[in-house]
Amino acid sequence: METINFLFDGFSVAFTIQNITLALIGCFLGTVFGALPGLGPANGVAILIPISFSLGLDAASSMILLTSVYYGAMYGGRISSILINIPGDEPALMTTLDGYPMTLKGRAGEALTLTGVSSFFGAIIATIGLMILAPQLVKIALLFGPAEYFALFVMAFATLGGVSSNNKAKTILASTLGLAIATIGIDGQTGVPRLSFGNVHFYDGIDFLVVIVGMFAVSEIFIFIENKDEEAKTKKKNIIITTIIPKLKVLLKTFPAMVRGSLLGFFAGILPGAGASLGSFIAYTFEKKVSNKNDTFGKGDERGVAAPEAGNNAAAGGALVPMLSLGVPGSGTTAVLLAMLMTMNITPGPLLFRNNPDVVWGLIAALFFANFILLVLNIPMVRMFTRILLLPPKYLMPIVAMISFVGIYGISGSSFDLLLMIFFGLLGWLLRKLNIPLVPVIMGAILGNLMETNLRRAMTISDGNWLYLFESNLAIIIWFITIIGFVLPLIFGKKITQQIEKFKKNRSKN
Amino acid sequence: MSERSFGIISFIIACGYVYIASLTELSFISDPVGPKKFPYILGFFWGISSLFIFFQPEFKPKWPSLYKFLEIIFVTIILVAYAYALPVVGFVISTIIATFVLSWRLGVEPIKALIFGIAVSFSIYFLFHNILGLSLAKGLFGF
Repeated sequence: METINFLFDGFSVAFTIQNITLALIGCFLGTVFGALPGLGPANGVAILIPISFSLGLDAASSMILLTSVYYGAMYGGRISSILINIPGDEPALMTTLDGYPMTLKGRAGEALTLTGVSSFFGAIIATIGLMILAPQLVKIALLFGPAEYFALFVMAFATLGGVSSNNKAKTILASTLGLAIATIGIDGQTGVPRLSFGNVHFYDGIDFLVVIVGMFAVSEIFIFIENKDEEAKTKKKNIIITTIIPKLKVLLKTFPAMVRGSLLGFFAGILPGAGASLGSFIAYTFEKKVSNKNDTFGKGDERGVAAPEAGNNAAAGGALVPMLSLGVPGSGTTAVLLAMLMTMNITPGPLLFRNNPDVVWGLIAALFFANFILLVLNIPMVRMFTRILLLPPKYLMPIVAMISFVGIYGISGSSFDLLLMIFFGLLGWLLRKLNIPLVPVIMGAILGNLMETNLRRAMTISDGNWLYLFESNLAIIIWFITIIGFVLPLIFGKKITQQIEKFKKNRSKN
Repeated sequence: MSERSFGIISFIIACGYVYIASLTELSFISDPVGPKKFPYILGFFWGISSLFIFFQPEFKPKWPSLYKFLEIIFVTIILVAYAYALPVVGFVISTIIATFVLSWRLGVEPIKALIFGIAVSFSIYFLFHNILGLSLAKGLFGF
């Protein structure tokens, strides 16, 4: 009952003209970011954070805007997967497998509608799950002290990338690099400047928004310069979408796939370090195991598009559970959302639910609402987005660059931050070339100070006894999960990565 | 090969990081850990993982051709110049030039790129300054 009351309060927060408008804008932009190959949820949210910050939006409104973008991108990713066989963002890869074959059979419209419905279904299930599960997790989180929190942060880094990452050295390197960036500046506990090279600009530390926008948005420009010739060769043709409404029979046939995909996706999303890509992967492979009786998968089976789309949307919602209730993000986009909350001086976690219930419940209410907007945008109005797909990146990238500059300049008004942003753009490009993941760097830069503060608080409590970190039962459980989460991928990771690579190869053959 | 060199460079940077962290002057207020140990721990794991990459390279990065590489440097210079020009020349003029050069380098024909630059600059100025009220770089001329 309590939950229902909170939800009603949430709706009263969400249903102001300003917040409804923001949700509408967010859903629209999110779908665009998702649909355009090269821009995904993380870039989209990254570019918009500095702007929503400079605009002086309050925490609830910015959260509504940015999570609408996040959910919207999950919807939008499928459009280019289905129409041009290029995933609009990482999680939409699995949708190409059966989505593009459906287009080749002239059933593009049907595939888009069906995936729109399953995206909606997955996202609604996940939002309900978030509403039920997050408050429960908060109750556990209230028992956490600094030692447990420190362990939790270590867990977040150790499990990053989930089962698909088998090169742990690179993940650790990326994490420590990010954490090291966070140690620059005046030490919060003792007030001495640290690692600042005597440069006054570094005394305040490096704003993690600069790191985020540099790595996610500016590096994209460099990647594009490198690949622009190949880009020019692939000609995009305007696809005419005919039938929009699938038959009731098809909907009934795919319904079980949506349910399975949503549940699997949601739980994959909650897991530390998983995120939406894993959600859609698990949903597709499981659905294929269950339903591929006549060998129709990969040739345009409706269930093969419904399951992964329900899966990735549900996982996106699931990933919000640990981010909001523990303050520990599991994926790139949720890390960026966390950064947004921290810029607003709000630390996610149990205290968020107690001190700022309007933010949490307003957000949940807005997510329900956003899903209905997205359903409308993505089914009757989907043609509008198929046009946007034709916008060539050579026009898009300069716009992305300029908006990144506007956002970062808006925060501080200093050229120095812009130079840093360009530097992180180049660094991000280099790391991407070397196959080193950027998400741990970003997460390190965001969480570094919190992690160090918790460690030092724990040490102050125990008067410098390092074993204190392993004393409570809760802490031991977290360390145990950390070790499992770290070791398991070393055993199973290769197999799963190979499978994903296989899917990628098969796709490029088509 | 490039992975190996990355491993060794990263290892050297990690050592440098630990060294600079060790130079931190302590203040009279202090906690049991102090400001140096967390960087030490990070530096340790950073160094170890760099060595791992050095000894077990598994990935061959595809590097761009020299021409592409120069182009990336050129665009970087443009962006840096833009960052410096913003507070001096103001948003509108510097954005027109930066967008023009960027889109031209990305493959738009020069005249179209110039029109595009003007369009982008004015629409961003209108949208962010006039409608949303964001403070953009003013420069000497006030826009």
